[in-house]
Amino acid sequence: MLVLALDTATSTVTAGVVSLPDSGSPVVRGQRVAADARKHGELLMPNVLAACAEAGVALRDVDAIVTGTGPGPFTGLRVGMVTAAALGDALGKPVHGVCSHDAIAREACADRLSGNLIVVTDARRREVYWAGYEAEGARVTGPHVEAPAVLVERLGGFPSVAAAGERADVTGLPVIGPATAGAAGLVAVAADALRAGADPGPLRPLYLRRPDAVEPGARKRVSA
Amino acid sequence: MTSGLVLGIETSCDETGVGIVRVDGDGTTTLLANEISSSVEEHARFGGVVPEVASRAHLQAMVPAVHRAMATAGVTAKDVDAVAVTAGPGLSGTLLVGVAAAKAYAAAWEVPLYGVNHLAAHVAVDTLQNGPLPPALALLVSGGHSSLLSVPDLAGPVTPLGATIDDAAGEAFDKVARLLGLPFPGGPHIDRVARDGDPRAISFPRGLTGPRDAPFDFSFSGLKTAVARHVEALERTGTPIPVADVAASFQEAVVDVLTAKAVKAAREHGMEILCLGGGVAANSRLRALAQERCDAAGLVLRVPKPVLCTDNGAMVAALGAHLLARDATPSSLDLPADSSLPVTEVLVG
Ligand SMILES: [Zn+2]
Repeated sequence: MLVLALDTATSTVTAGVVSLPDSGSPVVRGQRVAADARKHGELLMPNVLAACAEAGVALRDVDAIVTGTGPGPFTGLRVGMVTAAALGDALGKPVHGVCSHDAIAREACADRLSGNLIVVTDARRREVYWAGYEAEGARVTGPHVEAPAVLVERLGGFPSVAAAGERADVTGLPVIGPATAGAAGLVAVAADALRAGADPGPLRPLYLRRPDAVEPGARKRVSA
Repeated sequence: MTSGLVLGIETSCDETGVGIVRVDGDGTTTLLANEISSSVEEHARFGGVVPEVASRAHLQAMVPAVHRAMATAGVTAKDVDAVAVTAGPGLSGTLLVGVAAAKAYAAAWEVPLYGVNHLAAHVAVDTLQNGPLPPALALLVSGGHSSLLSVPDLAGPVTPLGATIDDAAGEAFDKVARLLGLPFPGGPHIDRVARDGDPRAISFPRGLTGPRDAPFDFSFSGLKTAVARHVEALERTGTPIPVADVAASFQEAVVDVLTAKAVKAAREHGMEILCLGGGVAANSRLRALAQERCDAAGLVLRVPKPVLCTDNGAMVAALGAHLLARDATPSSLDLPADSSLPVTEVLVG
């Protein structure tokens, strides 16, 4: 099965074409990773086509799409999700959403860990998104959005042996695995559902924050 | 000319619009679908559009809106010859959702993508109702823009003659409505209550109409403040607010300036047609006074029906159809969403 995987939940824009065999691990056939980008909207679609070209396939050859659903800063996150939704609709192919932290954890836990893993990414505004995983990669807490100091406090109740993700440094733990979600990790998380041909259900972005909006208070007078 | 079917996507503010337009070999455009999913009710309690709330709504509404449009038009993916999308101006976060979706549809269907200017699209929509548009002067008024444009050719460069220097006309309607205790968005409510009021009851200022003022620019901030002062003065003396008279007099001040400047601009630039567009063009007094003044000046007035005046996907598809008909060079897939796209750029490369 040929799967297109996208993730724009961080400042990295990822697009990859992955072969998912009937059993065993996904194999990346073409991937474009634009690190530290602030131009998700401009980079994503050209990179999707470049990843397809590298894999030697056309978009219409793809059997399914997997997209990271965050958590991530809103504007960038939406680029990947709406692109995945529209591609799936246009091609008549299913679109599976997976938590972007799960994809990072899946790659970080490829070699079995001796204990828990924390995945931490940048939430801006001096906060981080984080989630906790047991040694084999199953998520047991999160994702949350909190200040790094609060996360460090919580580590007392969730002893971990390593951290992954672009802000793994805030934990003080040994850093392993990828900084952001890669195509192989994204597809691995959705592998069971993909192989079963399961109905993916609606895509739900993990914003974790309400929109900034305040209801207007009393009218300000203009007269002196 | 190239004929074909164009799907247009509009997400510059709070409406997720998807339109489908057919253009024939002679350049005639026909509207096949115009689906709109609005998040306006989610913004009402904030008294204005909240970009993040609108952006979230666009993400949820986009694919279903495309489905409804295709079903209404009775077409399938293989019938679509091009995808057009508003590339700007507008809210950057909301534009991005539409642009990303349009790129995905264009790439998956292997058809050209046209990233177009929202203001030019407001003018192009008129052709769906009133046929081919000869060179015209366009007055575009909404909650986000107030512009006078010279449009010699729909697919060619547009010349801006003037614009608001502070609030957009629709913004002034929203703020005055709030002052009068009327709901958001204010335009339709002011229009409704003003029908029972006297437009000459209160003499509100006409902004930028002095001899040394920019002839085709607008200013509505002073007017808004004048209305607030008037209401506050009445409140201080415990006098009941004559809501209908205030609404009618405010509305008259806005449409008086808009129509006077538009007619003057048309005459000075040798245009025989005045075209209205934007949400405020749905205002009944603006339409009536524009008609009166165009008749007196010997101009032809063209105003699309209200559903085509407010933001929608049909206008984007209509402009895309004119570009496709002329075999315009499509936009590239790294097309940016540009919140401050200048109106001179009708098609983004
Ligand atoms: Zn508009």
